[in-house]
Amino acid sequence: MNFKNFREYLSWLYFQYLLITGIYVLEPWEKSIFNSVLFSAIAMVVYTSYVFIPIHMRLALEFFHEIFGGQPESTMTLMN
Amino acid sequence: MARSTNGDSLKQLNHNGLKWDDSGKNGYHKKPAEQKHGAGNGVASRQNKQESFEQAPMYVAVCTYMGFGIVTLFGYFRDFLRAVGLEKCNLAQEREEQKDFVPLYQDFENFYTRNLYMRVRDNWNRPICSLPGPVFDLMERVSDDYNWTFRFTGRTIPNVINMGSYNYLGFAENNADFLKTVADKVQQYGAGVCSTRQEIGNLSIHEELEQLVANFLGVESAMTFGMGFATNSMNIPALVGKGCLILSDELNHTSLILGARLSGATIRVFKHNNMHSLEKMLKEAICCGQPRTHRAWRKILIMVEGIYSMEGSVVRLPEVIALKKKYKAHLYLDEAHSIGAVGATGRGVTELFNVNPADVDVMMGTFTKSFGASGGYIAGKKELVDYLRCHSHSAVYASAMSPPVTEQIIRAIKCIMGKDGTTEGIRRIRQLAENTRYFRARLKEMGFIIYGNDDSPVVPVLLYMPGKVVAFAREMLQRKIGVVVVGFPATPITEARARFCVSAAHTRAMLNQVLHHLNEVGDLLCLKFSRRKRPSSCSLSEETDVGLDS
Repeated sequence: MNFKNFREYLSWLYFQYLLITGIYVLEPWEKSIFNSVLFSAIAMVVYTSYVFIPIHMRLALEFFHEIFGGQPESTMTLMN
Repeated sequence: MARSTNGDSLKQLNHNGLKWDDSGKNGYHKKPAEQKHGAGNGVASRQNKQESFEQAPMYVAVCTYMGFGIVTLFGYFRDFLRAVGLEKCNLAQEREEQKDFVPLYQDFENFYTRNLYMRVRDNWNRPICSLPGPVFDLMERVSDDYNWTFRFTGRTIPNVINMGSYNYLGFAENNADFLKTVADKVQQYGAGVCSTRQEIGNLSIHEELEQLVANFLGVESAMTFGMGFATNSMNIPALVGKGCLILSDELNHTSLILGARLSGATIRVFKHNNMHSLEKMLKEAICCGQPRTHRAWRKILIMVEGIYSMEGSVVRLPEVIALKKKYKAHLYLDEAHSIGAVGATGRGVTELFNVNPADVDVMMGTFTKSFGASGGYIAGKKELVDYLRCHSHSAVYASAMSPPVTEQIIRAIKCIMGKDGTTEGIRRIRQLAENTRYFRARLKEMGFIIYGNDDSPVVPVLLYMPGKVVAFAREMLQRKIGVVVVGFPATPITEARARFCVSAAHTRAMLNQVLHHLNEVGDLLCLKFSRRKRPSSCSLSEETDVGLDS
C-alpha cells in the first residue's frame, strides 16, 4: 500500500484501531466516549509509571545488592 | 493451488478417510497419494480432494472476542439510556400496562438485534432492481439515523458484479431466445395452478418434469415440490417417525433440522464430515438400541448434504456409503448446492465420487441454485416416491409448482443434458469448474483464509472481526462488487465470513476485476491471515493449461 504522506499512514492506523476494537460500528459520540476513556486510562498508566518506576527500580537494585554484593564486604571487615 | 510433494503428478489419488481424521480438523494438511477406498464401480477416482480449514493466528480470535465484548458493553449502555428515558426506543416495546408481565424483548436474540444488527444492517437486504445475473443493479439507499430507517435516493447503482447469487450455471438470464419455451407454456397453462398436486393441480408438465429429473439423476423415479425448504421440512416427517434414529451432520441446514424435529425421531449429531464420529454413533445405536427399552431402532437415517453452503466443504460420500452398508442404515443426501454445480456432467456429488446413485436411498435437491427456478425434488426408488406422493404434507397440502417455473427447470435440465441439441450445457459446466478453480487458486495465492473443497463453487473467505465484516461489505460495494457477508448467529461467533458464489456466467475479466479489488480491500483492512507458504504465480499458469478433471 502506498501512502502519500505520513498523515495518510496515521489515518490508516486509526482505521485499523477502529476495526480491531470493533468501534467502527458505533456512532460518533460513542466512539468519542470510548476514545476518551481509553486515552485517560493510558495517561494514568503512563503517569503512574513515571512517578513510581524509578523508585521501585532503585529499591529493587538495593535489595539484590544487599543479598549478593553485601556478603564479601562484611567478612572482609570482620577479618580486618 | 498447492502442489503435492511429488510435484510431477498433478492429479492425486484420494486419501483413506480414517487417516485424514486423525490429524484433526484444524490446520492445513495435504493428503499424500494413496488409493481411495473402492466404492461404487471400484475405479479409483483420480481427483484432487483437498479440504482445508486453516486456523487463524491467536491474536485474531482475541481481537474478535474483544470487539464483540466492547460492542456488547455499549449495547448495555444504550439499553440503560433507553430504559431511563434519555433516548427514544425505535424498536417494538411492551405497552405501559404490560410492564409487569413476562418480558418479551429481553432475551439475547432481541438484545443482539437491537444493539448489534441494527447498527450495521445496511449491508443486508439490499434491494435489487434487475435480474440476479453476473452483474446486476442495486437501488441506492441512505440512512439518516444510523440504519433505523432507510430512504431511497432514487438513483440505482448499475452493473455491480454479483458474487452472492446462487447462479452457478448462469440460468438466471433474460435472453428472449432461451426463454421462448417458458413464454409458450405460460400461454398454454397460465401462471398459477390454483390447487394442490393431489387435488386437481397435477399438470402434464409436472409429469414431464419428474420423468426428466429421474433420467437426469439416473434413478427410478422422482417427485417435485413447489418450495425447496418445504421439501426437506415436510418430507422428513413422512419418512421417519417416533422410534427412528436420525444421525445428522453438525452443519446441516435449518430445513433438515426442522424436518428432523418435526418428525419426532431421536436426533443425534455427529461432527462435521467426521467418519470416526459417525461410526461410533452407528455402533452405539446398533448395540444399545432405543434409550430406555433397548429395542432395536425402527430405522436409522443418516442426513448429510452434498455441499455445505457455509463452509464450502463436500461430503465424504464413498465413506458414508460404506458405513451405511456395513451398519444397514439409510442415507438422505441433500444436494441443494451440489446438483448441477459439481461433477463432470453436472449430476452432483454422486458423479463427483463415481458412486452408483442407487446406493443413496433418498436423493433430495433444489432447483433454486443451479437451475434458476424455485422448488425441490426427492428422487429414489419407485416405492419410495409413490409412498411420498400419498403421505407427504407438501404433496397433499401445498400448492403445486407453477407452470413457467416448471418449464424453466425443464429447459435448464435439457440444456445441461444436451437434449436441446447444443453444447451450451456442457460448456457452462466446464466454465463453472474452470472459474471455481481459478478463483480459489488466486485467493489462496493472495493469502486469504478460505474454507472448503477445491471443487466447490461456494468460497467462504474468513473475516473474523465484526468491524472488518462490515467494513468489507461497504468497501466492496463502493468498488461496485456485491458480496454476501455472514456473521453470528449463522456462523460460529469467531468465524464471520464473506461467502462468494462463483457462476458460469462470470467471465475471466469479471473475476479478475473482483480479485483485483479483493486484493486492495484485503490490504486496506489487513485480511490476509493465511500462514501457509504460497505457491509462486508460475505454477498457477501451468495449472490452467491442464484439462479439467473430467
